[in-house]
Amino acid sequence: MKIRTWGILAAVVLLTVLPLWLVSAPPGGEGMFGGSDDAAREAIGTVAPGYRPWFAPVFEPASAEIASLLFALQAAAGAGVIGYWLGLSVARERARRDTAAAPTSMAAQERRAD
Amino acid sequence: MHIMEGFLPPAHALGWTAAAAPFLAWGLHAMGRSLRAHPERRMLLGVAAAFAFLLSALKLPSVTGSCSHPTGVGLGALLFGPAAMVPVGFVVLLFQALLLAHGGITTLGANVFSMAIVGPFVSYGVFRAGAALGLSRTVAVFLAACLGDLATYVTTSAQLALAFPDAVGGFTTSFMKFAGIFALTQVPIAISEGLLTVLVVNAMARFNAHELRALPVMAARTRETA
Repeated sequence: MKIRTWGILAAVVLLTVLPLWLVSAPPGGEGMFGGSDDAAREAIGTVAPGYRPWFAPVFEPASAEIASLLFALQAAAGAGVIGYWLGLSVARERARRDTAAAPTSMAAQERRAD
Repeated sequence: MHIMEGFLPPAHALGWTAAAAPFLAWGLHAMGRSLRAHPERRMLLGVAAAFAFLLSALKLPSVTGSCSHPTGVGLGALLFGPAAMVPVGFVVLLFQALLLAHGGITTLGANVFSMAIVGPFVSYGVFRAGAALGLSRTVAVFLAACLGDLATYVTTSAQLALAFPDAVGGFTTSFMKFAGIFALTQVPIAISEGLLTVLVVNAMARFNAHELRALPVMAARTRETA
């Protein structure tokens, strides 16, 4: 892989990891790094204190563990397809390169067969 | 950007569903036509859909101290046009609404509108604009994916502000509040999504040069970069 590819990957890792260090815990000792969706729900509570949700989820994961299992499955399905494509692509390019280089070696084999 | 189940008043839920439905129908039609005409695109469409599945499952920490996820729909919008990403985003959001209690059926229309419609269309528009300005492919792809991701979260903030305007400041005050939660959190994550999209497009340019030539990302004559 090219150096630039590694550089981009390193930047993504840094962008993800740095907030964990840079952000200090709020004074209240509240849980850190909750979902922004939950933060929005709390904001709705302050803007419209009287609002009650009028529909409940049809199915709710039994626990946070089950939810993370399903999220992991979703990510794995995506990563699996991308991995398949990358593997196929690399192998296909290698095969193409080999056939381009092959004529000389095949000719040599034929000579040996004679 | 998932508005939770039941957290949009019925009129808003219905309105956003009605707004999203024609785009979904158009997207299904466009996708079917594209695949019938070019069956060889199936592989890359699969990769684009997989990218959206993968990225929207990853909740990443951000500088605001809360977590949010990229959307991954920018890549497909550049390759196949924005309409093709509407069904893909719809499937992702439906999966999360039904099985994960993440988002919801009543808010599906609004969430599809922000993630599967506004995001891809902004990405596509930014890419075309970048190409017209003569930006290199890498820069144009990065800006497209990054700004499309941000646009999704700005849209969610606007949707919530419309439904819950502040008692004093109205829509604007409420919008700033929700944007402070969603859009601000999203900035580093949007940058990550832009970078990851560049990586995948670079890999496609190397391995699938033939298929790519007929797609928007290549059709726009951006300057090739090494």
